[in-house]
Amino acid sequence: MRQERKAWLYLLPAILFLGAFLVYPLIDVFIYSVEEGYNFASQTYFGVGLYNYSYVLHDPYFLQAVKNTFLLVIITVPLSTGLALVISLALSSIRPLRDLFQTIYFLPYVTNTLAVGLVFMILFQKTEYTDGLINLMIQWFGGSSVDFIEGPYWAKMFVLCFYTIWVVMPFKILILTSALASVNPDYYKAARVDGTSKGRIFLRITLPMISPMVFYLIVTGFIGAFKAYSDAVALFGTDLNAAGMNTIVGYVYDMLYGDSGGFPSYASAAAIILFAIVLTITCINLLVSKKHVHY
Amino acid sequence: MKIQLQHLTKTFHSPGRKSSGEVVAVNDFTFEIPDGQLIGLLGPSGCGKSTTLNLICGLERPTGGKIFFGDRDVTDLPPELRGVGMVFQNYALYPHLTVRKNILFPLENLKGKDRLSKEEMARRVDEAASLVQIGELLDRKPSELSGGQQQRVAIARALVKMPHVLLLDEPLSNLDARLRLQTREEIRKIQRATKITTVFVTHDQEEAMSISDRIVVMKEGVLQQIGQPQQVYDDPANLFVAKFLGTPPINVFDGQIQGGMLHLGGEAVLPVPGIPDQRVTVGIRPEGFLPQADGPLSCTLSGVEVMGRDISVVASHPACQSPTLRAIITADAPVDRSAQSVCFALKPEKVFLFQPDSGCRIRSVP
Amino acid sequence: MERTFDFERLQGRAKRRKQVLRFFTYLLLGVWAVVVLFPFYWMLLTSVKDYGAYNAEHIPTFFTLSPTLQNYKDAFTSVPLGRYLANTVFFAVVTTALMVVVITLSAYAFARMEFRGKNLLFTLFLSLMMIPTELVVITNYATITGLELRNTFTGLILPSVTSVFYIYLLKENFEQVPDELYRAAKVDGTSDFKYLWKVMLPICRPTLVTIIILKVIECWNSYVWPRLITDDPNYFLVSNGIQEIRENGFGRENIPAMMAAVVVISVPLILLFFLFRKKIMAGVSRGGIKG
Repeated sequence: MRQERKAWLYLLPAILFLGAFLVYPLIDVFIYSVEEGYNFASQTYFGVGLYNYSYVLHDPYFLQAVKNTFLLVIITVPLSTGLALVISLALSSIRPLRDLFQTIYFLPYVTNTLAVGLVFMILFQKTEYTDGLINLMIQWFGGSSVDFIEGPYWAKMFVLCFYTIWVVMPFKILILTSALASVNPDYYKAARVDGTSKGRIFLRITLPMISPMVFYLIVTGFIGAFKAYSDAVALFGTDLNAAGMNTIVGYVYDMLYGDSGGFPSYASAAAIILFAIVLTITCINLLVSKKHVHY
Repeated sequence: MKIQLQHLTKTFHSPGRKSSGEVVAVNDFTFEIPDGQLIGLLGPSGCGKSTTLNLICGLERPTGGKIFFGDRDVTDLPPELRGVGMVFQNYALYPHLTVRKNILFPLENLKGKDRLSKEEMARRVDEAASLVQIGELLDRKPSELSGGQQQRVAIARALVKMPHVLLLDEPLSNLDARLRLQTREEIRKIQRATKITTVFVTHDQEEAMSISDRIVVMKEGVLQQIGQPQQVYDDPANLFVAKFLGTPPINVFDGQIQGGMLHLGGEAVLPVPGIPDQRVTVGIRPEGFLPQADGPLSCTLSGVEVMGRDISVVASHPACQSPTLRAIITADAPVDRSAQSVCFALKPEKVFLFQPDSGCRIRSVP
Repeated sequence: MERTFDFERLQGRAKRRKQVLRFFTYLLLGVWAVVVLFPFYWMLLTSVKDYGAYNAEHIPTFFTLSPTLQNYKDAFTSVPLGRYLANTVFFAVVTTALMVVVITLSAYAFARMEFRGKNLLFTLFLSLMMIPTELVVITNYATITGLELRNTFTGLILPSVTSVFYIYLLKENFEQVPDELYRAAKVDGTSDFKYLWKVMLPICRPTLVTIIILKVIECWNSYVWPRLITDDPNYFLVSNGIQEIRENGFGRENIPAMMAAVVVISVPLILLFFLFRKKIMAGVSRGGIKG
């Protein structure tokens, strides 16, 4: 009995903090999302209903954010996972310099997204003083320069995707190289004795063996990309709506706070819509994986 | 197919150690494996036996020397062109493929004129499966099989290509004791049926002795002795081989030759004609002791263990290198269990003499 | 004889193919290494370029012959970069320290103590891992605002002093400590707390160090919550600071000074990474998420 009381005492801080900042808010966000005309200052509302959802779904900024987010997800998840797979395969096929490469590739993980985003901004930006380095390179190859930061939509989307991939690669490379390293080398020896070609070894042995990890990366990649926000802020500044580069999470925060903020109900509705989307996609992923992932 | 190894050598660079950065795993091996035999590569772990197997297989390139399959020099050939089948210690069955697909895997690799028709492949798979008696398991995944069954699947996968040479790396080490006995008979039977030249690696001398046509004893990359199991047991080339083979192990004594007699702890125990006076290390097999009331070797008796047909006498002797020695004698031999001591006569053919430093065998010159 | 010749040719071709493959492998790895490293090079380079010289470059140059540290001076004097750094260090240290206390206590309770509903509670805890921050941040913002804790360190720190994932990690590690040690300690009359402090923590130090490093990285890079909860630059962390510098500091075009600030912000974590490379990579591959 004494032990029991002591155990709860040990757990108390965690339960308090989790309750106050994780469980209660989770319930509360649903309440917010159905309180119509909520006023933040007076904490009053007119009624209960689905108006907030309807408002958000008809808000052109939200629709723009949804479009941006989906594009970002569809472009970056397959590209980054595929590229990480190729790089990890290359990494595990060499011995000299492998450690060095691995260390270098991990660097973006430990950098401040906002800070390094600025470097990408000046690399891609075109101002009246200079065209920027990337445009210089485009001109070397005979192209014409583009402002990637304040120019056409596709150019901005390109930088955003490029930066997002740059940021997520370390994690994927790390996971895939350790997955590749954990494949028992006897399988490869057995395959060599049988004269299996490189391509066949990859398709029939390596890929099935690491498929759980690849799948894990795809699922977390989807979830992560749907929540993209700070990469966009780093490149285009805090007023993402003006830049036309807002993401769903960005929309939530803008609704909550800032120049356009003060509408926690709209923010809640948008957040819940986002997580309905993420949940759906994750479930689809799980169903697909049942068919294709071994074990 | 006959296999010949000529001056085969393999050295590894061990990273991290700057001085003496080379490890000689296999040192100047020369021997021949006759066609259709089952050969056991035997030695303690780290003796280079697995490396030798990998060299024969082609997974490793030798640093020096040559390997012949029949008359063909295969030293520079990659494994798939050598016509070898290999069974790995942990079987290396692809966990995501069914047994059938695992066995089929090597056949699907064949290209060009070697390519088989679908029916031919299926026929070969069935044939290999029935040879190792796993016909009813073909549609299961490896994880659903017992260790012994996985072992057979691995053998079937190695045999399905109809290799000239079958290589097995520690084939029994992952099985429990009961299955081990059964499986080693199985391997022997399959080898007899297919007549494929087979080399297997083991650290278990009993396993090697029981099924091999010949055993190859190795130590630290150096070939110690090669021959039929009984012959190697009866006539070990050096102290290492004598100690490594046999259960219970051979009893080792410090001895002295004086005037054609072997002395153990001051007593003359056995005539050894034609050997000059010198210090020697003496190995006596457990079955080399004959209990005799007036036997020359008198030992302090510590106990008698009944083993059914035989009894095992545990005793000690001051010249013995280990605290106790063990003699295996028939159960009806006259041993007084309550006595303080026991006297033995020695069977000359079970007593081996070695040089104390090098461990080389000293043979009497008639 | 014919046949051996044939094999030799085959071998030669295989060898050449291997060399070509190796070349392309290294080429690919090299290109990606450049893509990763170039932004770092560029920020270092720009941060030592003279302001005037930088603005006169219509075509960017890949090196500079007259490096200057003036930009670093500017970064610390004309914007409160030092303040941002100090805030972040304080925030990271306090948050991490509090979190370590909270998670150690709960992990110990889950790993070593018996109480009713333990398994149920632990399952509940684990299910909390699935709650996305974006969903709860709205109410937390309201809560902290309601408590009038905006623009205070308390408000910054409180919501991030627990992590279910780290409780889980530590509990797993605690459970690997053999029961015999606990019984022996009990026989000697050691209290639970003393056992935790003197036996468990030292044994589990590697895991704890990994957790601390990962948490510090997370704190250093946190952006969203601080942005919501602070609008007084006196409480800005580096992420908000750099955003502030970008939008209002220096006058918009002093990019070299901006890059100097970026370098100053990036260096501590990169140093930490080089010091604890193995630990960080192992920790992240055990289930780290981009913080």
